[in-house]
Amino acid sequence: MSGNMNLTLKVWRQKNKDDRGKFETYPVQHISPDMSFLEMFDVLNERLINEGKDPVAFDHDCREGICGMCSMFINGRPHGPLQGVTTCQLHMRSFRNGDTIVVEPWRATAFPVIKDLAVDRSAFDRVISAGGFISVNTGNAQDANSIPVPKDDADAAFAAATCIGCGACVAACKNASAMLFVSAKVSQFALLPQGQAERQERVLSMVAQMDAEGFGSCTNTGACEAECPKGISLSNIARMNRDYIGAQLSTQKA
Amino acid sequence: MTTSPKLDARIPEGTLEQKWTKYRSTVPLVNPANKRNLEIIIVGSGLAGASAAAALAELGYKVKVFCFQDSARRAHSIAAQGGINAAKNYQNDGDSTYRLFYDTIKGGDYRAREANVYRLAEVSANIIDQCVAQGVPFAREYGGMLDNRSFGGTQVKRTFYAAGQTGQQLLLGAYSALQRQVGLGQVDMLTRHEMLDIVNVDGKCRGIIARDLVSGKLERHFGHAVLLCSGGYGNVFFLSTNAMGSNVTAAWKAHKKGAFFGNPCFTQIHPTCIPVSGDHQSKLTLMSESLRNDGRIWVPKRKEDADAIRAGKLNPNDLKEEDRDYYLERRYPAFGNLVPRDVASRAAKERCDAGFGVNQTGEAVYLDFAFNMKYKYGKKEATKKGIQNPTEEQLTELGKAVVKEQYGNLFDMYQQITGVNPYENPMMIYPAVHYTMGGLWVDYNLMTSVPGLYALGEANFSDHGANRLGASALMQGLADGYFVIPYTIGAYLSNEIRTRAIDTNHEAFEAAEKSVRERLEKLKNINGTKTVDYFHKRLGKIMWNQCGMARNAEGLKQAIADIQSLRAEFWRDVRVPGGVNEFNPELEKAGRVADFLELGELMCHDALNRNESCGGHFREEFQTEEGEALRDDENFGYVAAWEMTGDANWELHREDLKYENIKIAQRSYK
Repeated sequence: MSGNMNLTLKVWRQKNKDDRGKFETYPVQHISPDMSFLEMFDVLNERLINEGKDPVAFDHDCREGICGMCSMFINGRPHGPLQGVTTCQLHMRSFRNGDTIVVEPWRATAFPVIKDLAVDRSAFDRVISAGGFISVNTGNAQDANSIPVPKDDADAAFAAATCIGCGACVAACKNASAMLFVSAKVSQFALLPQGQAERQERVLSMVAQMDAEGFGSCTNTGACEAECPKGISLSNIARMNRDYIGAQLSTQKA
Repeated sequence: MTTSPKLDARIPEGTLEQKWTKYRSTVPLVNPANKRNLEIIIVGSGLAGASAAAALAELGYKVKVFCFQDSARRAHSIAAQGGINAAKNYQNDGDSTYRLFYDTIKGGDYRAREANVYRLAEVSANIIDQCVAQGVPFAREYGGMLDNRSFGGTQVKRTFYAAGQTGQQLLLGAYSALQRQVGLGQVDMLTRHEMLDIVNVDGKCRGIIARDLVSGKLERHFGHAVLLCSGGYGNVFFLSTNAMGSNVTAAWKAHKKGAFFGNPCFTQIHPTCIPVSGDHQSKLTLMSESLRNDGRIWVPKRKEDADAIRAGKLNPNDLKEEDRDYYLERRYPAFGNLVPRDVASRAAKERCDAGFGVNQTGEAVYLDFAFNMKYKYGKKEATKKGIQNPTEEQLTELGKAVVKEQYGNLFDMYQQITGVNPYENPMMIYPAVHYTMGGLWVDYNLMTSVPGLYALGEANFSDHGANRLGASALMQGLADGYFVIPYTIGAYLSNEIRTRAIDTNHEAFEAAEKSVRERLEKLKNINGTKTVDYFHKRLGKIMWNQCGMARNAEGLKQAIADIQSLRAEFWRDVRVPGGVNEFNPELEKAGRVADFLELGELMCHDALNRNESCGGHFREEFQTEEGEALRDDENFGYVAAWEMTGDANWELHREDLKYENIKIAQRSYK
């Protein structure tokens, strides 16, 4: 291994969701500044296996910052010290030789730990199932250019739709609120003409499911926006709140 | 040459234009009441799997979807960047169904089936309509209409996109449609589950054995039909642009139980990826083909300049225009930087092998945006804003904003990985493994050689021949899932309405589970001295060196011997920590690498058998004087479908490729 960084890792180890869990300390040597944070964990795990120990479990897949699978709460911040960067795209050049780095899982009631740094985020899927879609069956669509969408609206919908569902917003929030995640999906459709038919019902159903999953309330701290690796804007939450109140006042279902 | 009697592609009669339309209207149907009793298992939740699941559930079938990730939304389709092709002709630039069909066949170097590709081109337009209806936020022009960009191997603009994250937006669209069906109770979604075998009863596929990755428990699932939508196998090379978890296991288990593997050696090496920087690297990252719209590829004309750049003594920005070799524009003036991927990759390798590489390893070329940033976008913006006689700096600044809007996420990714700012410096890129055209052999219905077992998307071999065109993978995945399988599955299921759900205590399920369990125990009990990654990296090196961008008979024979001995060593000396009945990512990896160690050998056999060069398969012995791929249509104008007849033993079956609508010619982009 061709690197000159020596670091101390304090990593949360927890056998399963019922285990209490605790920090373990691991020194790692000869780390290259060009390695990604997860590649540094690959090095650690390779060593643990060779020593006959249990490797650290962590979620990851694309390692390009788009699948949303990687997590890790690094030195008190989801996805580590940089803004707009997921853990898999965080490189060791962002740390200094000799640093001690503390790594924990996302911590939220709605995200129980599976093992070590891997958590269960299926609550997000259930929120989407509750209303995060446009009800259009395959084959029903009219020509794509028959609905012009103003470029600014399309761009704003796209910006909201770039959420990767990683859960950093929940992990960053002192209340473990999922408002940024939910509002991003609500906004994407609220901004598009295709989303209008179900606009009210959608926001009511998704918020109800969000609450049922045990996510906390929003107190407008803004930590979610600051830590979101995709720069999802807090204004989505404002839009969702507006839509929610409007829907509650005007629909008969509320 | 005649087609093997074991391969019936079931291509409908009629003219090319009528085949699908007529077939679709005459294929047997299943009435809604019966659909409720028919169960379909789908393995994989990417574009093909999620779209098939949503479409079939909407029709009323009972669907179960499996994915190894923690959510269906993580499937690797999410990482596709540049776009999706469709023959909409919104640009009025001469596009049509026929032209998309023609470009795809030619791009695939005449090794794909005409009927399948024509159908793909026909349904391409419906895909865009469907996605827009779902709320997929494609890029738009100021008038509110959809925007298009150009991709390699075509001379029209037919690629729809959402910045550099089109795959993400399309997958989230399909995922939303899938989750809607989950909410309605039509789909049972099993995340963190991995399929470890298929179960055949009386010659038909009737279910799968899956492992719950959290508890480690093995489960039996019955289905009247099973759809494998499990993606490609590029990770056999260890380093690829695929996600870490992407694997061949589902397809390979099916292969071992009777599904033929089609053209396994057809691998796509993508020309524009971030170069390898060191041994620590776990994967490679793609820089979208769409960048070739605006980026010009070059190396220095003179070797001494290349040496100086490598030594850090010369800044590439300072190298004069006349001292640069825009080798794609030079060699292929008609298509320039937009030649297909196989051609662009080989050209980069040729320059680097000749000593013109620009990074420390000598394996990188430049992808330079400075010119278009200034003169294409900068000038346009200056005119729009009414700036008279803008300075060069102004032009760069104005152009930068446009480039940022188009490719911002890619530029950020590049900077994050390399530590170099691509707005200021040309990107350094090199080819890397990206996609596999090969896959399970399927007929026109997308059914494999095992009745009731289907393969969709990248997991099948069907539409891209020996080289896939950019922005066509997303098109194929969604075509198969939304618009093909919902019709073609009727041909099979209409005969299954009397088949009751088979009890999973059936002996076939029993036996399959037992063999899966034994294999897991075996992996666990080797307790050797080397990690799974150690073997995976070694396999990757063999494959890259001998079965990568250039291949020859001698190297392939050596690779086969090397893989065989590596496989034996793996089963003797691998170390898998932890237990079988628990969350154990190392055990998952071990099973996947064990399958790669078998697949790699088959890929080499296939490459060795194909004594010609075509598309991504370049045999050094078979090239033109100008170094282009030299096909042998007479002897190799076929699909190679491999049947596994025993441990590491295969029999080749040939499906003759007939071209009735296209005049087959040497592919030229000059």
